[in-house]
Amino acid sequence: MLTYIIRRIVSLIPVLIGVSIIVFMFIHLIPGDPVLSILGERAAVENVERVRKQMGLDKPIWEQYFLYVGKVVQGDFGRSIRSNTPVMDEIRAKLPATAELALWAMIFAVLIGVPAGIISAARRNSIFDTLAMFVALIGVSMPVFWLGLMLAFVFSVWLGWLPFSGRLDPTITLIPHTGFMVLDSLIDGNWKALGNSMSHLILPSLALATIPLAIIARMTRSSLLEELTQDYIRTAKSKGLAERTVLFRHALKNAFLPVVTTIGLQVGALLSGAILTETIFSWPGIGRWLYGAIGARDYPIVQGVALLITFIYVFVNLLVDISYAFLDPRIRYQ
Amino acid sequence: MAELVPLDVGALDIKYSFFRQAVRRMWSYRSARIGFFVILFFVLVAICVPIFWYYDAKSDSNLPEKLLPPSWAHPFGTDQLGRDVFRRVAHGAPISLQVGLVAVALGLGVGSVLGMIAGFLRGWVDSVIMRLMDILLAFPATLLAIGIVAARGPGLGNTMIAIGIVSIPGYARIARSMVLSLREREFVSAAQAIGAGPFRVLFRHILPNGLSPLVVQATLNIATAVLEAAALGFLGLGAQPPQPEWGAMLSDSYKFLTVGAWWPVLFPGLAIMLTVLGFNLLGDGLRDALDPRMLVTTKRF
Repeated sequence: MLTYIIRRIVSLIPVLIGVSIIVFMFIHLIPGDPVLSILGERAAVENVERVRKQMGLDKPIWEQYFLYVGKVVQGDFGRSIRSNTPVMDEIRAKLPATAELALWAMIFAVLIGVPAGIISAARRNSIFDTLAMFVALIGVSMPVFWLGLMLAFVFSVWLGWLPFSGRLDPTITLIPHTGFMVLDSLIDGNWKALGNSMSHLILPSLALATIPLAIIARMTRSSLLEELTQDYIRTAKSKGLAERTVLFRHALKNAFLPVVTTIGLQVGALLSGAILTETIFSWPGIGRWLYGAIGARDYPIVQGVALLITFIYVFVNLLVDISYAFLDPRIRYQ
Repeated sequence: MAELVPLDVGALDIKYSFFRQAVRRMWSYRSARIGFFVILFFVLVAICVPIFWYYDAKSDSNLPEKLLPPSWAHPFGTDQLGRDVFRRVAHGAPISLQVGLVAVALGLGVGSVLGMIAGFLRGWVDSVIMRLMDILLAFPATLLAIGIVAARGPGLGNTMIAIGIVSIPGYARIARSMVLSLREREFVSAAQAIGAGPFRVLFRHILPNGLSPLVVQATLNIATAVLEAAALGFLGLGAQPPQPEWGAMLSDSYKFLTVGAWWPVLFPGLAIMLTVLGFNLLGDGLRDALDPRMLVTTKRF
């Protein structure tokens, strides 16, 4: 097991180097002079030179790359061009908001998607199956931002049940401990803040959950159906086991492997979906910040957030691979 | 998802080619038929609208009629500049289909050639190409597309390039495994024995025999491409206003939801959803029809 984990980690090194090269190259892909593109064509010469120096763009390209990687390894993602604050500090302040949103979305997606997939497979071609798979198909076909807007219109503008934007009403105070508002309000026993933060979470996390939910439900169903055709299932049934036992003790265990992979892959969808969802719901996380930075041409922020999201994605997929090997001994010995 | 119907194997007449059989099988799935007609509808709209219904996006605003709810004169209402939403949604069809098709053609072309070369030559070429693909796959797809457009500048052309690039690794992997599974087969050795060069073997012998997974991937990929183009348009990175691109229309109008104007948001979104749904239905049906395992269907629960 340990050799498998080490082998997987080692195989990640070239990928991470490649990712860092691509993110680094981002600034050189910009047509024309990146500094002029940031400051505008009419910027004063001394400003142009200052920013060029600050971003290290006056050095040869290979030196720039090694400087960049050297800093990134130490957790230094550079400074924002507009505000001059370190990108890493801002990420630290804004990441909990995104993490909380993505976590709730993932909880929704797994808690609804997996059971829906199981029931669909077990009661194949039933009304539930047809309906659930139709809804799931709609789910993967919908732009996540459009669903978010429609939810916001119905539940916030029209019915007035839930808030449209932000994480917490400005009238409510909450002392940050972890940055996760639901957790923070629980720690302080602040019930008013708990209810308020949860009501802010519902719409964006539901919107963000839709696509992963639909994909997880479809994957669970097809993976379980595939498993149910295997010989060992026929054996189990023919020796008289209850359908429930066959389904849960035999089929589900094996069907779960591809589902775990799917769940891992959805983390990427959640993180990039957060860019859209946070923008719509004015959610103060890294996604909306990235969106703002693209518009303002604050490239160090764009690079920093892109690198961070990709690292998280790669890391989660590593965890998925390891858990896969943990669940299925055959993989370890390949 | 297409229904898994038990097949009447006798109906699959040997005299029909594999693709003809596959098309017949696909046609037997109701969902694939629905998908086909939805796509046909949007394709007809995309072809006819620019020919028969003149539209100049630049001189279209009519402020006295802004934000009118749906009516007989404006079936989808009007937006914040008084533009007819129905007209703009109709004129958005060619844009979205064009983005989907061009992006997929780019990804399919580059990706499958790279994958076929990797699978055919093996060795260091294979390693280099596939490691590069791994690196591209390490990025979440939408993020990579956003990054490429953010660097190259907003616009439809860069949107198509970005979405195409993002889809390259998927095709490369499929094409590579297809070549690996076919290259040792007898018909390939036979072609080589009668003196066919590597290009002829790859493109005339291997490719036609392994085309089906690529076709399925391409169909489903058009759906993803339309969605990603809409997302980029919504973020202001894709088509630029006043172009009637569906994603960009949403981003223009969503701020007016708070004053109760739902129609300029609902209809472009529905158009995106239906188009994507059509390609997903057709792609699922194609996949089931082209999957040889589907020939033998086992009785299940």
